[in-house]
Amino acid sequence: MQALTSRARQVDRKPMTFIEKIYLWNIIKGMVITFKHIWKRKETVRYPEQKRAFSPVFRGLHILNRDAEGRENCTACGLCAVACPAEAITMEAAERKPGEEHLYREEKYAARYEINMLRCIFCGFCEEACPKDAIYLTETFAPANYKREGFIYGKPDLLIPAPGEKKQA
Amino acid sequence: MTIDWFFILEKIVLISGVLAVSLLVAMYSTWGERKVASIIQDRIGPNRAGFMGLLQPLADGGKLFFKEEIIPGNSNRFLFILGPSLAMIVACMTSAVIPWGDTLTIAGHTVSLQIADINIGILYIFGVVSLGVYGIMLGGWASNNKYSLLASVRAASQIISYELAMGLSLIALLMMTGTLSIKEIVEQQRHGGWNILYQPLGFLIFLVCSFAECNRTPFDLAEAESELNGGYHLEYSSMKLGFYLFAEYINMFISSALMSSLYFGGYSFPFMDSLGLSPNLVTILGTAALFIKIICFLFFFMWVRWTIPRFRYDQLMRLGWNIMIPLALANMLITGAIVLYRSTH
Repeated sequence: MQALTSRARQVDRKPMTFIEKIYLWNIIKGMVITFKHIWKRKETVRYPEQKRAFSPVFRGLHILNRDAEGRENCTACGLCAVACPAEAITMEAAERKPGEEHLYREEKYAARYEINMLRCIFCGFCEEACPKDAIYLTETFAPANYKREGFIYGKPDLLIPAPGEKKQA
Repeated sequence: MTIDWFFILEKIVLISGVLAVSLLVAMYSTWGERKVASIIQDRIGPNRAGFMGLLQPLADGGKLFFKEEIIPGNSNRFLFILGPSLAMIVACMTSAVIPWGDTLTIAGHTVSLQIADINIGILYIFGVVSLGVYGIMLGGWASNNKYSLLASVRAASQIISYELAMGLSLIALLMMTGTLSIKEIVEQQRHGGWNILYQPLGFLIFLVCSFAECNRTPFDLAEAESELNGGYHLEYSSMKLGFYLFAEYINMFISSALMSSLYFGGYSFPFMDSLGLSPNLVTILGTAALFIKIICFLFFFMWVRWTIPRFRYDQLMRLGWNIMIPLALANMLITGAIVLYRSTH
């Protein structure tokens, strides 16, 4: 009979040889293998102290970007929310008042911008959809929280600090 | 009749000491098991509680104490509690006849580091160890759970089957040494050679059977998670579960001690009589040697556990009845023939 795939292997149903029947020899072989593992490199990453290296394209928590003068890039166009397959992004737009030019780059800005990190699947579509380079996925990954509310990240959590401003914890 | 108060004091101290040491060793066996498992699997194992995770057993014990205690509604309450208690008591009782060392001389008194040097030591151990299966049987049956019952039936038939081969392998040893007292067997090895040299096959059978007696991999059919949801202690929680798990480690410790005493010279070590040290020092070194041997055996138990998979139940029974017992019988016949030949020539 012709095999359905090239990886198919015939199951070996030969009766066990004497060496196999007494088990002992094979057990010793196995134990030599496990004993050698004592000197193998340990794979454990001691997490809070050590962190494993991520690839450059790793998609972690989001940030909202600012331009060179520290003004928010986001114009609340809503393209990220449309692109989001998990419907994790909500926002409310507002108009820039006179005198707020140093805060927002364009005439419209996001008054409220929330990402529900429990819904987010970290696909990065928002980053691709954004025409203003406002949203990016970073290499940090979601921290734990005691409450569901804590996973809804608002603007204070997402915005990167303005130049000269310390980011609050 | 005057009561020898020093004798009573000596025995009380010795009993508490041996009990404390076996509990301590059992405690740290759980730590050792996790470390050995992790090292063999290229991990680093517990390392948070204390230096190298050395406080991990305390944390585990504390956790078990604070767990909710659940007794199933339709179980037999008395037997349900008796099960783990019996397992624990029986595990602790066997340490009484194992010679932990030679004699110490303290203030003119000669103190033997063995709680009871009875002349039927090996028979005593066999008697007590066979009681151990009642702990598992009662626990599994009283749980009123099919899985537990199945596991305890498995455990009972497994222990009974392997006890036969174990006894037969020991008979060969007894024919050679001519005594049932463990102390005397150790003393003979001190002056002659270790029994492993004369009884390699017997030792192998004894070793395999003690794996089966301790319900350790590859014979841990009684706690096969994949088939029985955890086995005879399925319904147990809190410290009653802890007792079962703990009893297993004490059993491992005692059977390591027994194997060291019977086949590897117990507290004797090479050249112990020709070093010219004071007898007390030699005794202490001998006890240390015994513990090194025990630790090697404990490591061996763990090493095997993390290497080989579990036997299927029919394989287990075939191995016990069709291979182990005939081998043990053959070993017994050969030993008997040699002993007879030697006594007549």
